[in-house]
Amino acid sequence: MIPELGHFALILALLFTLIQATIPLIGVAEGRLDLMVVAKSCAWVQWLLFVIAFACLVYAFVNNDFTVAYVAKHSNSLLPLQYKISAVWGGHEGSILLWALILSSWTVAVAIFSQRLPATMVASVLTVMAWISLGFLLFILFTSNPFERLLPNFPIDGQDLNPLLQDFGLIVHPPILYMGYVGFSVVFAFAIAALLEGRLDSAWARWCRPWTLVAWCFLTLGISLGSWWAYYELGWGGWWFWDPVENASFMPWLAGTALLHSLAATEKRGVFKSWTLLLAISAFSFSLLGTFLVRSGVLTSVHAFANDPERGSFILIFLSLVVGGSLTLFAIRAGQFKSFSQYDLASKEMLLLGNNLLLSVATAVVMLGTLFPLFADIFHWGKISVGPPYFNALFIPLVLGLLFLLGFVPLMRWRQNDLSLLVKQALPSLIASLIIAVLLPWWLAEQLNIWVVLALFMVFWVLSRLVFDLKQKLQHKRHPWQAMLNMTPSYWGMSLAHFGVLVLVVGAALTSVYSIEKDVRLDIGGSVSIADYEFRLIQLKDIQGSNYTAVQADIEVYQQQRFVTKLFPEKRLYSVQKMPMTEAAIDPGLTRDLYISLGEPLDGNSWAVRVYYKPFVRWLWLGGVLMAFGGLIVIRDRRYRFAIKSTKSSQSDGLFAGETS
Amino acid sequence: MKQWVYLLPLVLFIALAIVLWQGLSNDSRLLPAAMLNQPFPEFALPSLASSSQIITTKDLPKQIILVNVWATWCSSCLQEHPFLVELAKQGVVIIGLNYKDKRADALAWLKQLGNPYQLEIFDAKGSLGLDLGVYGAPETYLLDQHGVIQYRHVGVLTPDVWRQRLIPIIEVLKNG
Repeated sequence: MIPELGHFALILALLFTLIQATIPLIGVAEGRLDLMVVAKSCAWVQWLLFVIAFACLVYAFVNNDFTVAYVAKHSNSLLPLQYKISAVWGGHEGSILLWALILSSWTVAVAIFSQRLPATMVASVLTVMAWISLGFLLFILFTSNPFERLLPNFPIDGQDLNPLLQDFGLIVHPPILYMGYVGFSVVFAFAIAALLEGRLDSAWARWCRPWTLVAWCFLTLGISLGSWWAYYELGWGGWWFWDPVENASFMPWLAGTALLHSLAATEKRGVFKSWTLLLAISAFSFSLLGTFLVRSGVLTSVHAFANDPERGSFILIFLSLVVGGSLTLFAIRAGQFKSFSQYDLASKEMLLLGNNLLLSVATAVVMLGTLFPLFADIFHWGKISVGPPYFNALFIPLVLGLLFLLGFVPLMRWRQNDLSLLVKQALPSLIASLIIAVLLPWWLAEQLNIWVVLALFMVFWVLSRLVFDLKQKLQHKRHPWQAMLNMTPSYWGMSLAHFGVLVLVVGAALTSVYSIEKDVRLDIGGSVSIADYEFRLIQLKDIQGSNYTAVQADIEVYQQQRFVTKLFPEKRLYSVQKMPMTEAAIDPGLTRDLYISLGEPLDGNSWAVRVYYKPFVRWLWLGGVLMAFGGLIVIRDRRYRFAIKSTKSSQSDGLFAGETS
Repeated sequence: MKQWVYLLPLVLFIALAIVLWQGLSNDSRLLPAAMLNQPFPEFALPSLASSSQIITTKDLPKQIILVNVWATWCSSCLQEHPFLVELAKQGVVIIGLNYKDKRADALAWLKQLGNPYQLEIFDAKGSLGLDLGVYGAPETYLLDQHGVIQYRHVGVLTPDVWRQRLIPIIEVLKNG
């Protein structure tokens, strides 16, 4: 009964989505407020129906209802409860349902936080989001119904969740990532509404910025989590593989990051209007493209999801309608958004333009690399595989370029700057940073690597400018601490996010260059040494988990004869799927990780073991978290504060008008 | 700015969409026409068991055989494996092409799950896979008595695929 209830809720949701996608548009066309507000109530009803459908699926998983095909395929009665719940999005049908649920949650959020926006704008935005929701609902109902039954012959027990996914990282990674992916639909809808109405002003950009920021923060967190998960769970010690599925999440992130920056220029100076619109369309289009790439199976990837050409063609048609339609609208309307502001070569506008240029090139690089096997296949260029060397060769210089520009952020003002003064301010920092970047690794690591030097050079350059800027801002203040507290959340958030970039770059550079890896054979009582750490294999134990059996090694780590820690790497065999899994053991640290994973049993009591020494690897994810956190702080800025109650609006409108700098 | 600039994104997207359509309709489950009815590509690769033992095209049995591309990193291969073991028990000759894998991992896998292969080719760099145009693992090729590729299946070789696609071809090959 419960699965049918869920199915029925989805059908009802389709009905309400259809209303939400049409009636408000008539309202906008005829200027009738009563029809426009239908959008808001529909958004609520739709969201409630999605919640019911999702709850029904969770219920089916928790109660081991193996008459439901999706449950039988992705769960098992022995699966621990938390994984039964996360198994809801462990497969295709459930992930798409989660996508749709999150989309409807964003829609409701727009309905709640849009009291101050013009009614026509709200109606258009909600309508556009309803059209997207409509596409996903049709997709679920016709190609990916999670409630399909296996009757009358249903299995006694399920096939179990893929052991790779039985992990904390995979409980939280997909929902957070999808919050980001789908979140870009809001700014997309705002862009379409602006194109339809022919209105794009500073207020529009100010409405868009918090929505874009929240989505961007989630996506940043989601990607960081995914990278962290790959690091500890796949047992290879890597943190980014330039895999098509990873790239699928990275493209919207790059486009979204460009959008954040161009929105700033559009809000403050009214420039780059059509470019901002294009980025808003692109960020969400890349989310859809990513969904297509992952779900259709046109590209093979380590993530080997079950895929199906029929689903692929559905998403592609949907993608073509959404992206093709919005770009057509863009081609017709974008020409009318003229920017009248003037700016010099040395100006913040140019700086943001440079940032956007580099980020767009980076997006294109990732896209071409990801799709290249497809092009090569169609145009018969032979089988060419595009791997990390391609991405690294093109991507690293782009990142260095972005960092170089980033250093000028605190120095540069809108419109125009004195170029000679700029050079005078920047030059000492640049020289000092270069010297430190050469000396520091020389002193600490005793070997120089050009990429490390370049990365540190840029990192110290940006860091010095951030610090100088803060110092300058406080110099003439009587109470520096008080003044610091009075600075806007925008300033703090931006600086923190930029600082996060630096932390990430340090982590990426140092761990890529200075990691040490050893594959050895280890007997009980034997030991292996790596970077002044010694790993001793004390004993091996057999352990029994709820749905797996495992061999666990007991390893003691010593640093120059001093005991550091005990590590317990495991080799598991999951009973249902007969899948062997490596559970690496990690001793995390701010300056280094020690990482050990069991390979295969060799004859007697010895194992093939892989040990890694990974300096500064934590900084990668710490940087990601700082960036996301910085973004969240910016949202606290009072000019983005949403009015939930319209009674407050008259007072806060004054604040808005006063906002200029 | 000129009006046509705003058309550019749309034009680029249409080009991309066409490529994606092609990619989708290029049913990768079927062999590209170029490789169908072609002899199996020449190769000389080590065996999985030992790097000093080299297997070449000449070592392939002169009979109807399956060449199965597999790897331990591929979870679908795990799903496929029991059926391969069963086929081998029925007397079907299967050659394993271990693709872009680690030797130790692959050997442990066979030790643990059973070995359906008569020969195990170890293609660590994927060079033979490149010549064959392998999209990913698992893939299975049907070769006739003369070492000519007669059919290719991309994805898990299930009992259904075996009965509906491969058996009819094998029947024809045996009688013809």
